[in-house]
Amino acid sequence: MIGVQHVRTGGSGNETAALDVVGVSHSYGPKRALNNVSFSIAPATFTVLLGLNGAGKTTLFSLISHLYDTRHGSIRIFGHDIRRASGEALRCVGIVFQARTLDLDLSVHQNLSYHASLHGIGGRDARQRIAALLETVDMQGREHDKARSLSGGQMRRIEIARALLHRPSLLLLDEATVGLDIQSRAGILATIRRLVETEGIGVLWATHLIDEVDDGDHAVVLRQGNLVASGTVSDLIQASGADSIRDAFSKLNRAETAGIAEISP
Amino acid sequence: MSTSAMPQKLVSTAPVRSSAFGLRHYLICLKGIVLRECLRFLHQRERFISSLVRPLVWLFIFAAGFRQVLGVSIIPPYRTYVLYEVYITPGLCGMILLFSGMQSSLSMVYDREMGNMRTLLVSPFPRWFLLVSKMLAGVAVSIAQVYAFLIVAWFWGVKAPPLGYLFVLPALFLSGMMLCALGMLLSSMIKQLENFAGIMNFVIFPGYFASPALYPLWRIQEASPLLYKICIVNPFTYAVELIRFAFYGQVDWLSLGVVTGCTLLFLAGAFIAYDPSRGLMTRKQETGGNA
Repeated sequence: MIGVQHVRTGGSGNETAALDVVGVSHSYGPKRALNNVSFSIAPATFTVLLGLNGAGKTTLFSLISHLYDTRHGSIRIFGHDIRRASGEALRCVGIVFQARTLDLDLSVHQNLSYHASLHGIGGRDARQRIAALLETVDMQGREHDKARSLSGGQMRRIEIARALLHRPSLLLLDEATVGLDIQSRAGILATIRRLVETEGIGVLWATHLIDEVDDGDHAVVLRQGNLVASGTVSDLIQASGADSIRDAFSKLNRAETAGIAEISP
Repeated sequence: MSTSAMPQKLVSTAPVRSSAFGLRHYLICLKGIVLRECLRFLHQRERFISSLVRPLVWLFIFAAGFRQVLGVSIIPPYRTYVLYEVYITPGLCGMILLFSGMQSSLSMVYDREMGNMRTLLVSPFPRWFLLVSKMLAGVAVSIAQVYAFLIVAWFWGVKAPPLGYLFVLPALFLSGMMLCALGMLLSSMIKQLENFAGIMNFVIFPGYFASPALYPLWRIQEASPLLYKICIVNPFTYAVELIRFAFYGQVDWLSLGVVTGCTLLFLAGAFIAYDPSRGLMTRKQETGGNA
C-alpha cells in the first residue's frame, strides 16, 4: 500500500472541481463494483481513468452520467449534484460511451442534429456547430454519409463531435479507442488532447491501454472497484517506485491490498 | 494554457450554467425526437409496408369471408346495418396503434441494447419530458400509419363520414398514447430483445382478440361469458370503441374515461420504471442489465 493523502488531480484547489466523486459505492446484487471511491478532477485537465477490464470504469461512468442512481456517496459536476440537479450537471458534460451509440440508419448530420435537439439546440445554431465540429474532428464533407458507411474510427470521431455539440466543459470518454487500429487511436487521442489545450475542456479518459497515458497526465487508477491511486502520472510513478507508468500500473494491479496511493498534484 | 485567443469556442468558457431551459428549448427537443422517429420509420420501408399490409389483409381477406357468416346488428354508433368491413375498420385502426405502440417499445429495447437509449437518457431535459416526447413521436408515426390504411380502405369502398376522419384524430391520439405508454412500461421490464416474442403472445394477440375489434361485445357475451368479462377489463376494448364512436362524431364517455385513466396509469408506471432512483431500471442495474 502506498499512502499519500490528497486525492485531487490537477488544478489549484480553490476553483470548483470539474468532477467531484465522494465515497461512491455501487453493487450489482451481491457483487461490489465500486467501493468507496473518492477523487476529484480540476477543469481543463486531461485525466486518465485507468483500470483493467472489470475494474469498475464503466460503472463509474454510468453513475457520473446518471444512467445509474448514485445510492452511496455523491457525485458533483461543476458543483451540481448529479442526483439533485441532474439537468444542470448533465449540461456541463459530454459523454462518449464505450458502446457505439450512433443511429446507423441516419446520416452523420441527422445524428448530430438529433443530439443537438436533445440539448435544446436547433436551427442555424445547430448547423453552425455541426459544421465547426466536423472540421475539428477532421470529418468535414461527410455530413450526408450514412453512419453505417463509416469506419469504426470515423464513427468515434462523430461521437466525439456529438459529445461536444452542447459545448460541455467536461468530456467523459469510456474506452473510446477500443477496437480501433493504432493510427485511428493516435488520431482520436491527439484530437482530445488538442481540445484540452486549445479549448480548456476537462477530460476524463477511461482506458485499460497504458500506452495512451502521458507522463504529464493526471491519473485515477481503479482495481476491482477500489481506488488504488490518483495524482499526476509522474508522481504516481515516483511514489510506486516504478520506472514507467506501465510498471507502476502493473505494481498497483498486483498489490495485495487495495490501499490508496494518493499523490498531490 | 490560454484560451482567450480562440476566435470561437467549441466548449463553454463558463462551466457553471444554471439558467433553466425555456419553452423554445423544450420544443426543439420534442421536434428532434419526433423527427428522428419519423426518419427511422421512413428509412425502414419494410416496417411501413408490413404495418400497412397487416390490417389490409384483415380487411381484404378476413372481412370478405366473414361478412357472409357474421351479421352485425344495429348497435351504437351505427344507425343502420353496416358491412362487416365497416364494422372492423375501427378495430383495425386500433390494431395498427397496438402493433405500432408495441413496436415502439421494441425500438426502445433495441435502443437500449445498442446503446442509443443512453444518448436520450443523458440529455439534461427532465426524464419525464424525454419519455413523453418519445411517446409522442411513436404516436405520430402510428397515426400516419392509420391514415395511410384509411386511404387504402377508402379506395376499397370502406368509407366513414367525411368529418369522421377529422373527429377520429383525437381518439387515435389518446388511444395511441395509451398503447405507447403501455409499450414503454413493458420495454422497461424486458431485458433482452429476444424476450419481445413474449409480448406478442401475452399482450398483442390476447389484447386484440379479447376486444370488440372483430366481433361486437354482445356476440362475445353470447358465445362465452368469461371471454366477455375479459373483454370488459381489457383497455384495448375501450380504445376500439372510442375510435368507433369518434368516426361518427360521437364520444363514448366510458371509453374516453377508461382510455384516459389507463394512459395516465401507464405513463406513471413508465416514469417510475425509467427513473434511475426508483424504477425497474434500477433493479436491472443491480443485476447488471443494460441501462
